[in-house]
Amino acid sequence: MAIWSQILFSLLFFSGTGLFVRHMVRLRQTILLGRPEKIDDQPKKRWAQMVRVAMGQSKMGARIVPAILHGVVYLGFIIINIEVLEIVLDGFLGTHRLFAGLPGYRFLINTFELLALLVVIAVGVFWIRRNAIHVKRLAHGELKGWPRLDANLILYIEWFLMGLFLLMNAADAQLQQLGAPHYPTVGPWVVSSLIQPLFAGLPASVLVIIERSAWWLHIAGILFFLNYLYYSKHLHILLAFPNTYYAKIKALGALSNNKDVQREVSLMMDPNASIPGTESTTPVAFGAQDVTDLSWNYLLQAYSCTECGRCTSECPANQTGKKLSPRRVVMQTRDRAQEIARQNKVLTGELDLSGSRLLHDRITPEELWACTTCNACTDACPIGIDPLSIIMEMRRYLVMEESSAPLELNNMMGTIENNGAPWPFSQMDRAQWTQK
Amino acid sequence: MQTEIHIPTMAEIAAQQGQIDVLFWVGCAGSFDQRAMRITQAFASLMHKAGVKFAILGTEESCTGDPAKRAGNEFLFQMQAATNIQTLDGYGVKKIVTTCPHCFNTLKNEYPGLGGNYEVVHHTQMLQSLLDEGKLSVSGGSFKGKKITYHDACYLGRANGVYEAPRALIHHLEASFVEMKRCKSKGLCCGAGGAQMFKESEAGSAEINHVRAAEAIDTQATIIAAACPFCNTMMTDGVKKENKDTEVSVLDLAEIIHQAQS
Repeated sequence: MAIWSQILFSLLFFSGTGLFVRHMVRLRQTILLGRPEKIDDQPKKRWAQMVRVAMGQSKMGARIVPAILHGVVYLGFIIINIEVLEIVLDGFLGTHRLFAGLPGYRFLINTFELLALLVVIAVGVFWIRRNAIHVKRLAHGELKGWPRLDANLILYIEWFLMGLFLLMNAADAQLQQLGAPHYPTVGPWVVSSLIQPLFAGLPASVLVIIERSAWWLHIAGILFFLNYLYYSKHLHILLAFPNTYYAKIKALGALSNNKDVQREVSLMMDPNASIPGTESTTPVAFGAQDVTDLSWNYLLQAYSCTECGRCTSECPANQTGKKLSPRRVVMQTRDRAQEIARQNKVLTGELDLSGSRLLHDRITPEELWACTTCNACTDACPIGIDPLSIIMEMRRYLVMEESSAPLELNNMMGTIENNGAPWPFSQMDRAQWTQK
Repeated sequence: MQTEIHIPTMAEIAAQQGQIDVLFWVGCAGSFDQRAMRITQAFASLMHKAGVKFAILGTEESCTGDPAKRAGNEFLFQMQAATNIQTLDGYGVKKIVTTCPHCFNTLKNEYPGLGGNYEVVHHTQMLQSLLDEGKLSVSGGSFKGKKITYHDACYLGRANGVYEAPRALIHHLEASFVEMKRCKSKGLCCGAGGAQMFKESEAGSAEINHVRAAEAIDTQATIIAAACPFCNTMMTDGVKKENKDTEVSVLDLAEIIHQAQS
């Protein structure tokens, strides 16, 4: 009997993790559809940023209620996963509670149970905020459809997993009380003992079925969740770490200088000039009209986004009723990358880029022109996503490839070219203020 | 200028083989906008008073390219940058002070990648050190007991983390300082950045500068201190819109410190 369950477990485990690895390889390939960009400067500062922002959640505190709730779920996620190690080893070895003999085991399980309870409560409050109180940034129109369902599914799955964990422990503790063989007495535990009375009077045979079912469903649920990530905004639990490593470490005000433009300008000033990294002779578009024109780093950011909407709620354009929503820009970037991934079996070489492109089809110039480049969105993101840079890349395309800036901006740029100022004053009058 | 001081250009300094402490990058608003010119004059007069040896580029100064870059015209920006870097390097400029956070940000953060490396400070930072070093002093008087609030410029605050220098200047006055509900990294934009200054805003339910001016007026302050010529314009318009322009004035910190001189 035990050997069959070991085989079944191995099959389940390896197909679950194998599928997950395939998803991650696919994800990496999709992200690398973006333009190459070398980000290897200041590794120490980058590691420190990752530790502080992703592990230390340093930017969550700006909004204290979600910060506490999220902190609970985050801690629960990390600490309760120690229990998953025991579950997996039990599955492979055909043992039951392999670590039961270790000192402090009871304390450990009690800690997991308390955290599980806190997670259940926190997830409940998350659900209420999203579905009953309708917190503005969580009820925004751009979340209609899949994003909203996705958000709720995540909450349900977390409830389900925590519930099964507590149910499994309660049935286990009841079996221990009955003195069932193979159930070493290490309980009862602090939270599951509250549901244990439900099982009073049930025979051991039924309890074993309940305990085993909860155990199998729990581990199967975890493997399902792991593979659900690829389709979900919940990917942030993994990508927040690399994303904060690669996130901007310069002052937020520093916009990138376009290297291809730099090459053109340098060649204009000096025909023998060379700009490292731009040796390729294939002409590339200035700016971005699709995700393949964006740096891979922005695609990583888009996949890391958990759609919390802090960016949009801080955006001055959005607050004053303009169509721009930084979150929508990031979500559309991800959706477009996923669209390309779906319609191309192989993500190298010639790609099928049909479907709706990022610029015009998904994001309109009206949205892009509403941005004041104030950096409120980038500053608000708890994991260092930079919506402003994606907006800027598309503005560059509009101006440098399509010459379609608003008329007033064309006038402004014309006067900079002619007079060296955004207003039509003569450069010769620059020092007139000294005479007044 | 009222004070009759001569402000040399870099060309003059070079001709006399003179030395300067700092180049004053005046910026387009500071050079041409009637309102911003008064900020330029106040700051120049303060530097003169403090004995700072400074010069301007005068007719050789040209837009940093910030509005072009933020409008998406990277090409025009880099042309401007290349020309300005040639001018600055030609004179061997090491340190730059500017009254405009947009010039400040561009010179400080975007010119180095194009070969222009300078120590760049904003005028509020320079005024703070001049006050700290005792080269300038203020006599409360004119601002005593007045309620002052400060509007963070995006390109000074969020963009470059300069939150304290402007506030330190206000603390030198015997005024009562009051923060707006949203301040520092949460400060609301005035609506001018990203080249918005030069175009009509997109359709929406409100104008950003009206919302921000209303927030400033809510503090009951009679003076809104600004540190950016564009914020200054936007806030002044917003205050007018709220019909508060007789009670509330929008002043640059250079003007405030200038007025507080004995």
